Amino acid sequence: MQSTAEPFLAVRDISKAYPGVQALDGVSLDIRSGEVHALVGENGAGKSTLVRILAGAVRADAGQVLLDGKPIAITSPRQAELLGIAVIYQEFNLVPYLSVAENIMLGREPTHGIAVDWKELNARAAAALGRLGVELPLNAEVRRLSVAQQQMVEIAKALSTQARVIVMDEPTAALTEDEVLKLFEIIRTLKAQGVGIVYISHRLEEVFQIADRITVLRDGKHVKTDSVSAFSTDDLIKLMVGRSLAAHFPELPPDPPREHTLLSVRNLTTPGRINNVSLDVYPGEIFGLAGLVGSGRTSLLRAIAGADSYASGSVMLEGDILHLRGPHDAIEAGIALVTEDRKTQGLILGMSVRENVTLPHLEEFVHYGHIERGEETKSVANLATELHIRTPSLEQLVKNLSGGNQQKVVLAKWLLKKAKFICFDEPTRGIDVGAKAEIYELMVELAKSGTGILMASSDLPEALGMSMRIGVMRTGCLVHVFNRGEATQEEVARFATGTAH
Amino acid sequence: MRALRPVPHINMTQDQQVIQAVEIRTKEVAARKRRMALLRTIGLVVGLVVLLTILNAATHGDFLTPGNILNVLRQIAVNAILATGQTFVIITAGIDLSVGSLIALTGVLMAGTMQGHPSVVGGLILAILVGLSVGGGAGLVNGWPVVKFGLPPFITTLAMRLMASGLAFLYTRGQPIEIDNQAFNFIGSGFILPSVGHWFGIPGIPTQVVVMLAVVLVCGYVLTQTRFGRYVYAIGGNEEAARLSGVNVFGVKLGVYVISGALAGLASLLLAGHENSGIPQAGQGYELQCIAAVVVGGTSLMGGRGSISGTFVGALLIGMLYNVMNLLGVQSYAQDVVLGAVILVAVLLDQLRRQYLAS
Repeated sequence: MQSTAEPFLAVRDISKAYPGVQALDGVSLDIRSGEVHALVGENGAGKSTLVRILAGAVRADAGQVLLDGKPIAITSPRQAELLGIAVIYQEFNLVPYLSVAENIMLGREPTHGIAVDWKELNARAAAALGRLGVELPLNAEVRRLSVAQQQMVEIAKALSTQARVIVMDEPTAALTEDEVLKLFEIIRTLKAQGVGIVYISHRLEEVFQIADRITVLRDGKHVKTDSVSAFSTDDLIKLMVGRSLAAHFPELPPDPPREHTLLSVRNLTTPGRINNVSLDVYPGEIFGLAGLVGSGRTSLLRAIAGADSYASGSVMLEGDILHLRGPHDAIEAGIALVTEDRKTQGLILGMSVRENVTLPHLEEFVHYGHIERGEETKSVANLATELHIRTPSLEQLVKNLSGGNQQKVVLAKWLLKKAKFICFDEPTRGIDVGAKAEIYELMVELAKSGTGILMASSDLPEALGMSMRIGVMRTGCLVHVFNRGEATQEEVARFATGTAH
Repeated sequence: MRALRPVPHINMTQDQQVIQAVEIRTKEVAARKRRMALLRTIGLVVGLVVLLTILNAATHGDFLTPGNILNVLRQIAVNAILATGQTFVIITAGIDLSVGSLIALTGVLMAGTMQGHPSVVGGLILAILVGLSVGGGAGLVNGWPVVKFGLPPFITTLAMRLMASGLAFLYTRGQPIEIDNQAFNFIGSGFILPSVGHWFGIPGIPTQVVVMLAVVLVCGYVLTQTRFGRYVYAIGGNEEAARLSGVNVFGVKLGVYVISGALAGLASLLLAGHENSGIPQAGQGYELQCIAAVVVGGTSLMGGRGSISGTFVGALLIGMLYNVMNLLGVQSYAQDVVLGAVILVAVLLDQLRRQYLAS
């Protein structure tokens, strides 16, 4: 470890309260030059608030931030940048129609008089990319790049501001495994150059791979900081949730009898996305779908749920061929889709919990054209209690809920009038350990009650731990189906990458 | 193996007390929200009364007379009806620029329909059908390319604005068409319940105002109490999430343009009836006037948020301003300057209030 002993950025006794929540309560943290300092905790533990304070987006109520031992005031994002603190958020701050070089130098364009000095701009952008050891065409429009490449542009942008600390918020959420490895190489390069990295991730395996030290936050309080070797995975989870989770995954019920299929897909094809996929799911079965990003899992789920149209093939539910002209038809038939991205596809953030939950089945609450709010509230209160949705009231706007609770609201939408078949696309992306366990339990309960589940997951342990059978997709084809107990991470990865024989 | 947090049980006995607690809490919050809304309304009314008193003093008592208040209400009727339709469109994050021209087109077509029609009642009914269906049909033409091909509503309704205006001139060769149907003209300029009016020293309740209030009440009900209304907000809030929840986005979005177009036809009926003629130049600039009322009323152009009551207050506020400036003898170009500034300040204040509430 080449970390110097002297912390150059230190946070001392920072507190921040929002109405009704003490988001941070006397938290201290220090970041050394050339170290990767992982920040872990459940959603609502205060990580995001801490990041926002460092980024100058919000002001702390109490406490101070020290840079090289001197107290500093981070009053604005611009100020944070000048102090050498850069934050790379999950949602990138890039301008899609500008080039790589223009994005890297945005707001700091070198000039000749009033004109932009393009030569200098390109040179500086190239230098920043050079420090990362990545090659990207400087004049390519950013929207044409992959997510991983866009992330490189974000990091290069941070470097070009002479950042000494780079905060990365869930940097691997949208990356493939190869891209994650590449990112780790870059992080190591940055470490060697003395940059301090604050690394926030829900993926604990990654934290153990890349971090030098770990700080655990829980309910806005500092729990523990130590070098990574001082933690085991179980310790870490225990510290994060304040109790031990005996197992990550609940026990799955035995395989259901295969008398009647619940959902049958035959030769489903959408050119360029899914290619001749056939599969059967039985009542009470959890069927997992593994595969790389872009392998067609999401497209398959969306086609089954009527969200996208398909060119040929058929979808049958309980033996009846469905004519899916849109999501409405699938919902009528009893098929639900829990989308990958709840904020853009699953929820209407500016509407209340009540309004979101009843949206798919609003007709249930209408009498003579009039929506009965009392009945709405009663039904949703039932569900919210069953699902342990933590919200001050059902009138709360869903944008104010944590990720895990938002995901439960999405689930509630499809349990209000119980769906027969549920497609889950990345059911636990971006939610904390405790909420994950609850979602898993819920899936098991649903399976026990006879609901069929098709679950796409990029998280291999999750796919293995939560599926009775696992199908692997590659370039739009369902290339292999493992029966229960047959699949291992290595085998699945081989089929997913096409190296199996 | 089990998770330690209590797990949900589907179809099992639930803790009724907890459910009741959630329900009660929700009702409390809903009641608190209603109380807040009521307080806000009271505040608004108090502010309005103070403003009215000042304005009244400034106009030496000319403003707060029953006759003048009636005048204001009559003057805003057309704009309030247009703005109500526009509110539906804007909540879905759309816009309708064609309503001004649709007033002209439906006005001249209604006048043409009644010309030479032998029966008063028959002519009236036929004219109303023509006005509403041409307006609604134009709404379909506005909305169809939006929902089917994803064209921006700014473009489709701008095109309709040009076409409708051009058609109105072609149909009339630029000349107004006189309307001699007494029933039609009565709706645009008559009074009902003269005995009530007598109490206040006015001729009665203007039919225009009755039509306007009916439109506002019915549309307010539709927007807040029906599935269609809920879907309008849902689409404006997140169209893709609404679609994936099974909402008929195609139908609802088409519907809001049809409502806006049909209400333009209705507004035209009042205007043409008031003028006793179908005028091809009628309604020019009304599309922006009604958008101003919607925006001043707190509806977001980004969609997902807004109300008919807000829009009505917006239209009322703008109408009162014009009225007072007229009473004070402010010349018309100066009036536009003042109105522009008021729109800017109103929306700015609303934005600041939201930021304050959010923090």
